[in-house]
Amino acid sequence: MTAIQIIFILSALVILGAAVMVVSTKNLVHAALYLVATLFGVAVLFALLDATFLTVVQVVVYIGAIAILFIFAIMLTRREMRDQGEQLNGGWGAAALIGLLTFGGLFLLLGNWRGFGATAAALPSGFDGVVELGTALVSTDAFVLPFEVASVLLLAALIGAVYVAGTKK
Amino acid sequence: MIPLSWYLILAAALFSVGLFGVLARKNAIAILLGVELMLNAVNINLVAFWRYGSLASIAGQVFAIIVFAVAAAEVAVGLGLVISVYRRRNTVVADELDLMKW
Amino acid sequence: MTFWSDPINFVAQWLRDVFTGWGWSSGLANAITLLLGALVLISFAMVLDIFLVWIERKVVARFQDRLGPNRIGPFGIFQPFADIVKLIIKEDITPAGADKLVYNLAPILSLTSVLLLWAILPLAATIYGTDLNVALLYLVAAGALGTLSIIMAGWSSNNKYALLGAFRMVASMVSYEIPMVVALLIPTIITGSMSVREITLAQGDGGVWFFIVAPLATVIFLISAIAELGRSPFDLNEAESEIVAGFHIEYTGMKFGLFYAGELLHAFTFGGFLAILFFGGYRFFGLENLHPLVGAVIFLVKALIGYWVIMWVKYTVPRIRIDHMLGFNWKFLTPLSLVVLMVTAVLNQVLAGTETWVYALVMFLANVVIGWITLEALRAYSRSQRKAEEPVVSSVAQAAHH
Repeated sequence: MTAIQIIFILSALVILGAAVMVVSTKNLVHAALYLVATLFGVAVLFALLDATFLTVVQVVVYIGAIAILFIFAIMLTRREMRDQGEQLNGGWGAAALIGLLTFGGLFLLLGNWRGFGATAAALPSGFDGVVELGTALVSTDAFVLPFEVASVLLLAALIGAVYVAGTKK
Repeated sequence: MIPLSWYLILAAALFSVGLFGVLARKNAIAILLGVELMLNAVNINLVAFWRYGSLASIAGQVFAIIVFAVAAAEVAVGLGLVISVYRRRNTVVADELDLMKW
Repeated sequence: MTFWSDPINFVAQWLRDVFTGWGWSSGLANAITLLLGALVLISFAMVLDIFLVWIERKVVARFQDRLGPNRIGPFGIFQPFADIVKLIIKEDITPAGADKLVYNLAPILSLTSVLLLWAILPLAATIYGTDLNVALLYLVAAGALGTLSIIMAGWSSNNKYALLGAFRMVASMVSYEIPMVVALLIPTIITGSMSVREITLAQGDGGVWFFIVAPLATVIFLISAIAELGRSPFDLNEAESEIVAGFHIEYTGMKFGLFYAGELLHAFTFGGFLAILFFGGYRFFGLENLHPLVGAVIFLVKALIGYWVIMWVKYTVPRIRIDHMLGFNWKFLTPLSLVVLMVTAVLNQVLAGTETWVYALVMFLANVVIGWITLEALRAYSRSQRKAEEPVVSSVAQAAHH
C-alpha cells in the first residue's frame, strides 16, 4: 500500500462521502459546504494525476467562484433562516434506482474494455504540463478555436446573468 | 501504483450520486448542485484518460478546461434565473414553478 | 551538499537516514520527514506572527504620534505574550443558534489558507518549501480558501451584521482577484514561468528587479493585495463605526485571535510576495551567495519593508465606501491592468532578443506612457464632472441672491 494509494483512497472517501451528504442533507448551506469538500477532493485527485494547473484552477474557479456563488444564491433565496420540511421529492426511490443502474451500467461497460486495468506510464522527463497546455490552447493547429469559443460563451453568460438577475425598475 | 480502473469507478460513482441529486431533490439550487457533481465526475474521467492513455496529446486537459468554463457559465446563468424566479414567485421549489402548465 | 550550502536538504537527508536506520520503509521515512518539514515551516511562520503583533502595534502608535506598548519588557516586546494570555483566558461564547461545526471551522480555515502560502515562499536560494510550476495561481487559490472561510464565519454566526459584513467582504475580495491575477501575469510573461523561484532567479544575474520593468504592475498588485487582505482603505468589514466588527463580531477569545493573527500573517506574506515578485526576493547584488541564511535575512528585511508599506497605507488613508470600492475595481483597475498586460505581452515579443537594459528601458517607458495617459484621462473625466455640476451650483447661488 504505497503512500499514493493511501492518498487516493482517503480522497476518494472524502469525495464520495461529501457527495452523498450534498444530495441528502436537509440544510442547503451545509450541502454547499459539502460540495466544497467534494471539489477539494477532486483537486487532490487532479494533483495525483500530475495535472498541476488543473488542480489550482479547480480551487480558484470551482471553490473560489462557483461554490461561493452557490452560497450567495442559497442565502438570497431562503424564506427563513432555517430550512424545513422534506428535501427529497416524491420520486426519490426511482431516482435511487436509476442512479444504481447508471453506476452498474458504467461499471459493466468499462469493465469489458481492454484498457481498464492499465497502469500509468511515467511522465517523460522535462515534461511541463503548464507549457504544453498553454501552447495547445493558443496554437492554430491545436485548440485555439475552442478556446476562443469558450471565451465568447463566457461573455454571453456574463451579459445574460447580469440581465436576468438584475433588478428591473 | 493506481490502476486506471480505480479512477473510472470513482468517477462513475460520483456521476451516479450527482444523477440521484438532480432527479430526487425539490429545491432548484440543490438540482444545480447535483449537476456540478456530474461535471466534476466527467472532469476526473477526462484527466484520468489523459494521464493513463494519450500523454502526448494534451487534449484531455484542454477538454477539462473547456468543461470548467462551461460549468462556470451554466452556474452563473442558472443561479441568475433561480434568483429572478424567486423574486417573482417567492419560491425555489422546482415543483411549484409551473407557470406554463395548462 | 554540506550543511552550510544547503541546510534544508542536508537535514532532510539525515532524518531520512535515521528513520531507515530504525527499520522503517523508505516511503514511510519520506512521508514523516516531509511532515516534520511542514511542521517546522508552520512553527516558523507562527513565531514570526507573534513578532508581527508587536511590530503592528508599535508602528500604528508611531503613525498616530504616540508610543505604543512600552511596559512589558524592553520596548514592550513581550506585549504579544500578554495578548495571547488574555485571549486564551477569555470566555468562549458560542452564539445561540449558531451552526457549531461551521462556526468553529471558519477561523481554522482562515489561518490555514495563510499558512498554505508559506509552502511556496522562497526564503533563500535553497530554503523553500516546494517549487511549484503554478505557484502564482496557487497564491490566488489560497486567497479563494480565505474568502470561503469569511463567508462561513459570517453565515454561521446567526447575526445579520456578520452576514452583511461577510457579503461585502466576499464581494470585494472576489472582485479584486481579477486585477491581482492580471498583475501576477506580468512577471509571468517577463520570466516565461509561473514558478516563484524562476521569477526570483530571473531578477538577478544580469536581470533587473521587476519593479523597474513593470512599475504599474507593482502598484496594481499592491492595491489588489491590500483589498484581498481586507485592510484599510478597503476594510469595510472591520468598520467599527459602521457594522461593528463585520464577520467576526461573534468570535471571542482565541478564535478571534486566530482571525487577527491570520490577518497579520497574511499581510506579511503579501509583503513577502511583493518583495519576491517585484523587488528581487532574497537577492541583493550578490550578497545572498555567501550563505543561504544571509539570503533569508535579506528576504525577511524586504518582506518587512513591504509589510511596513501596507501598514503605512492602512494608517494614513481613510476608508472607502463599498460602492466606490467596487466601482474603482471594475471601472478603473481592471481595464488598466488589462491594458498593461496587453502592452507588456506585445512588447515582450517585439523585444524578444534585445539586451537587458534596452528591454528594461523600453518597458519602463511604456509603463510611464500608460500611466501618463491614465492620469490625463482621469483629469479629463473629473473636469467633465465638475462642469456638469457647475450650472446646478451657480443656479442655486443665483436663487439665493434673489
